[in-house]
Amino acid sequence: MSDVALATPTIRSPSAEFWRRFRRKHVALLSGGVLLLLIVAAAAAPWIAPYGPTTPDYDSVLAGPSWQHLCGTDTFGRDIFSRILWGGRISLTVGFVSVALGGLAGVVLGLVSGFFGGLVDGFIMRLMDVLLAFPGILLAIGVVALLGPGIDNVIYAIAVFSVPVFARLVRGSTLALKQTLYVQAARSIGVRAPMLMLRHILPGTLPSVIVYCSLRVGTSILTAAALSFIGLGAPPPSPEWGTMLAEGRSYLGVADQITLFPGIAIFVTVLAFNLLGDGLRDALDQKLR
Amino acid sequence: MIDYLIRRLVGTIPVLLAVSLFVFLFVHLLPGDPARLVAGPDATPQDIAAVRADMGLDRPLVVQYLRYLGQTVQFQLGRSIKTHQTVAELIGERFMPTLLLTVFAMVWSVIGGVAVGVLSGVKRGRWQDQLAMVLAISGISFPGFWLGLLLIDLFSVRLGWLPTGGYESWQSFVLPAFTLGTGVAAVMARFTRSAFVEITAEDYVRTARAKGVPERLVVWKHTLRNALIPVITLTGLQFGFLLGGAIVVETVFAWPGLGRLLVDSVSYRDYPVIQAEILLFSFEFVLINLIVDLLYAVVNPEIRLR
Repeated sequence: MSDVALATPTIRSPSAEFWRRFRRKHVALLSGGVLLLLIVAAAAAPWIAPYGPTTPDYDSVLAGPSWQHLCGTDTFGRDIFSRILWGGRISLTVGFVSVALGGLAGVVLGLVSGFFGGLVDGFIMRLMDVLLAFPGILLAIGVVALLGPGIDNVIYAIAVFSVPVFARLVRGSTLALKQTLYVQAARSIGVRAPMLMLRHILPGTLPSVIVYCSLRVGTSILTAAALSFIGLGAPPPSPEWGTMLAEGRSYLGVADQITLFPGIAIFVTVLAFNLLGDGLRDALDQKLR
Repeated sequence: MIDYLIRRLVGTIPVLLAVSLFVFLFVHLLPGDPARLVAGPDATPQDIAAVRADMGLDRPLVVQYLRYLGQTVQFQLGRSIKTHQTVAELIGERFMPTLLLTVFAMVWSVIGGVAVGVLSGVKRGRWQDQLAMVLAISGISFPGFWLGLLLIDLFSVRLGWLPTGGYESWQSFVLPAFTLGTGVAAVMARFTRSAFVEITAEDYVRTARAKGVPERLVVWKHTLRNALIPVITLTGLQFGFLLGGAIVVETVFAWPGLGRLLVDSVSYRDYPVIQAEILLFSFEFVLINLIVDLLYAVVNPEIRLR
């Protein structure tokens, strides 16, 4: 490829071009920074949280924000700031793990489906259609109903809910990439199907998969919080953000800090993932044009 | 058109059958004896035997499935473990509140979302556009259940203008429908804007401008009408999102609808109700998408020929 670059010096490698575009997306960069901060804060919760996530303090119940308790305390006098830090571990884990599981399954199914076509494709895609026929959070609720409530099951539930989206996405790009000259060339010199898929097609599908992952982690965190809020996710006294909001419902107008701060935590995290995903997508899209 | 209609109707049948098969297998996937699960935790051995005979659990799975299909078509969906009412009765009571809630939410979010999207597209790059898009991405990222709580806090607890929940008068619709529709309105606004911007770049729009068609006409006639075609498809897909969102929003506002019934049933392990509700929600979603596809074909003749 280097001689091509010499002939027309303005052509950059796709990744360099992508980075050049992405660097200008200040909002997306900022979001990435915020996410990094959130991840570090959640990971370091045991060391930086001023109080334990479930340590009660009956002398300061329902206290407003102060220097002792940055975000105030809840009905048991637990420090809301510390609970949010600990809860971040749960939300981020659920987001990343469920998308990793669902994404992996979806990518494999999409690759196989698009590559082999025919009956295999028909079968896999009809299966995905059926999964997509269960609207939104319903599929996750069905899985939770099967496996029982709890945060581990929420991860599986949300993973299942992500599979069809990734499968469709990857199938689409696989169909396009299968026709490209370099894949045809590799095939003609006898490269086997698994190698073709992994070495030659998969890398081409990854950019859109990564963009989708970012958007999907945000959605997954939102879904997990919603499941916990309706009582099907992490049970109290877990510091899961949705669970905290559910616990604060009865104290609206009395102790708004119980719902306010976990709400902000969910919103900021999901917003950051969405803005990062948007920025990544725009940077990639422009490269394609 | 008739030809297309028939093709689409026939194409929907396998999806509906597969969905029903999934939902049928649901109870069989659970660990333990399905008859015991369906009969509930307080059932006597006689009850369990009766349920087993009733469900035909001693017969081959295929026969059981066909029976299940037959019963479903006749709305014989079993009895709730919790209330002992028939499931059809329970769902019948809860159906209207959810339907009205989702329809109100859909109407405001489509009108509001498209309007904001068009405004954004027309004022591309200006402050109106930027403000609208900041609102839209925030709307997508905002947890609906938190928005509901904030609205209750402001309009019900502090100002006392609207009820905190329940299903009595038109006032009780305002907050739930607004909360439910927010996410969809945000998605609609973003999508409409990008469809609008894309169409604006088309040659025929440039031609219209070049030959001196007034800007209002360019926007309304040449751009908007074409930009709305993909928006119709999105509306169908978003309806699924609304049905799912209703489950959460109904919990926030103590709304006596299908969503809250489902949540209660999952907590109580009321499997006959869960099974029927999942089936109903999915069928509704598939049928709405079918209707949207047909509408799409009415608007865009090209689709019918494929």
